[in-house]
Amino acid sequence: MNSLTKVVGWIDERFPLTSNWKAHLSEYYAPKNFNFWYFFGSLAMLVLVLQIVTGIFLTMHYKPDVNMAFASVEYIMRDVSWGWLIRYMHSTGASAFFVVVYLHMMRGLMYGSYRKPRELIWIFGMLIYLALMAEAFMGYLLPWGQMSFWGAQVIINLFTAIPVIGPDLSVWIRGDYVIGDATLNRFFAFHVIAVPLVLVGLVAAHIIALHEVGSNNPDGIEIKKNKDPVTHIPLDGIPFHPYYSVKDIVGVVVFLMVFTAIVFFAPDMGGYFLEYNNFVPADPFKTPEHIAPVWYFTPFYAILRAVPPLFGSQFPGVVAMGVAVMILFFLPWLDRGNVKSIRYRGAIYKVALALFVFSFIGLGVLGVLPSTPLYTIFSQILSVIYFAFFFLMPWYTKIDKTKPVPERVTG
Amino acid sequence: MSKQEVDRSKRRFLIAATTAVGGVAAVGAVVPFVMSMLPSERAKAAGAPVEVDISKIEPGMMLNVEWQGKPVWVVNRTKEMLAALSKNDAKLVDPKAEAPQQPEYCQNATRSIKPEILVTVGICTHLGCSPTYRPEMGPADLGPDWAGGFFCPCHGSRFDMAARVFSGAPAPTNLVIPKHKYLSDSRLLIGDDSKGA
Ligand code: HEM
Repeated sequence: MNSLTKVVGWIDERFPLTSNWKAHLSEYYAPKNFNFWYFFGSLAMLVLVLQIVTGIFLTMHYKPDVNMAFASVEYIMRDVSWGWLIRYMHSTGASAFFVVVYLHMMRGLMYGSYRKPRELIWIFGMLIYLALMAEAFMGYLLPWGQMSFWGAQVIINLFTAIPVIGPDLSVWIRGDYVIGDATLNRFFAFHVIAVPLVLVGLVAAHIIALHEVGSNNPDGIEIKKNKDPVTHIPLDGIPFHPYYSVKDIVGVVVFLMVFTAIVFFAPDMGGYFLEYNNFVPADPFKTPEHIAPVWYFTPFYAILRAVPPLFGSQFPGVVAMGVAVMILFFLPWLDRGNVKSIRYRGAIYKVALALFVFSFIGLGVLGVLPSTPLYTIFSQILSVIYFAFFFLMPWYTKIDKTKPVPERVTG
Repeated sequence: MSKQEVDRSKRRFLIAATTAVGGVAAVGAVVPFVMSMLPSERAKAAGAPVEVDISKIEPGMMLNVEWQGKPVWVVNRTKEMLAALSKNDAKLVDPKAEAPQQPEYCQNATRSIKPEILVTVGICTHLGCSPTYRPEMGPADLGPDWAGGFFCPCHGSRFDMAARVFSGAPAPTNLVIPKHKYLSDSRLLIGDDSKGA
């Protein structure tokens, strides 16, 4: 026995090291036919770690005080050694997070990964998505620029539209009658500790649920149905480590190439990752000409603006926006198709998914543009498509002509 | 170990009672944390009424006052502006100010206590931007029918000189008129309308 095995043995008697390593890595069998779309889960974990690490270092210099916040961010950019790099990594990381998560969710839609028995993986994923939106929204207030202030103003005012409790609720959220020091301070607390803790916990639950039932794959076949009679290892499975751990490293390298290129050459991405108005300090008495949220919220913002006020209230728009997000939770039960993967679905689902992606991107584009009567009509049409994808799903997935699913995974 | 039988119903009762007491305690413990997020005493004090001297506002001019951290506009409307108000009625969402966007004593044609003095919270009822004061008659960008009012640059909502919203704008309701009262002819108190003193 060499000394390493001795140390591991000593630990194993006190902590389930080897058994966990086996259960989650070296003897966790994943389908052998993973493709490009399966990079984004591990990339999301990478970005989460990046955000936490860069965030901790930003916190060392940032001041959550309305009189100092803007200046402290400028200070990080100009005076702190490598501060600009850490800040740009963090701000680019926020957008990268949403790119990665949207692609990750897209994979779920294509391969039916949310279907039985993976409903809880999907629900944990959706909770992660909600937490991520809260995290991004609160983080955006911290630099205390014009967009920080007015963006938060618009979003918090949405709560005011809720009947009866709305006005008191928004005062409670702000901790003041207007967005001020109290608001900035509590958003800081939520952004740096409360929400990240929740996120990490949810990611753990997400992975535990995944490893309980096993991964889906591009064919939408349950690999656990075909096991080796002797070893009980799925015939189409390969151990996660070293096969996928190494494959994921390739994904990481490519991702970091793109990521660093943006950090170094286009950190504000032409105003989409960091809006230009946010280089002006917040001024509660002067509203910018045009308020638009950061790109990852714009599809929902466009839905909000597409709904006209009803009975003198903004509330219907707010409800539509809320439903647009929440409806995703119900996907596992809306889909009545008898196959999971798009590979074996009929034409109807393929068209429906294509229209949905088109509406989501279209709404995202409209959400950054100022509203004009014509754009409002476009937004209304696309909103109808967006909702139709979900509300008609139980019907069109059922009548769709599916193809036979093979017994074993294909290439 | 005693040979006594386990008294299951007693055990169940004790489990239920402990859970209930623990649950109540847990909910109770949340209260102070939730309450701590309400406006502090200092924030409430800053939200106290503010007194304004209106004698120096020239006709047609606007004074921007801060109350509860919000912009409150005090406008001294000219005779022409007041005369133009009734002409807008057909184009307004709520010309008679029926929605509860003002105290009762301001639910009138000018939405004010004194006809010429308009007091309104300068925050758009759409999504909370602050509109711009545009007192001029028929400017190029707002059209020849414009008889003075407020224009919100964010989403294009328009309000007339009584802070009433024009239809076709995203803002659903008229601007809010805050509680206020006159302490004397020239002294206005914003945020308080209690009688006496
Ligand atoms: C911080 C964000 C997230 C992290 C770190 C994360 C992590 C992961 C990882 C590592 C996997 C396994 C590898 C893979 O299949 O790509 C996975 C699978 C999965 N995730 Fe996520 N995820 C996140 C957010 C989400 C969201 C927002 C959703 C959807 C609402 C979601 C839904 C799923 C589903 C359905 C699977 C199983 C996919 C399959 O087996 O085909 N995840 N996630």
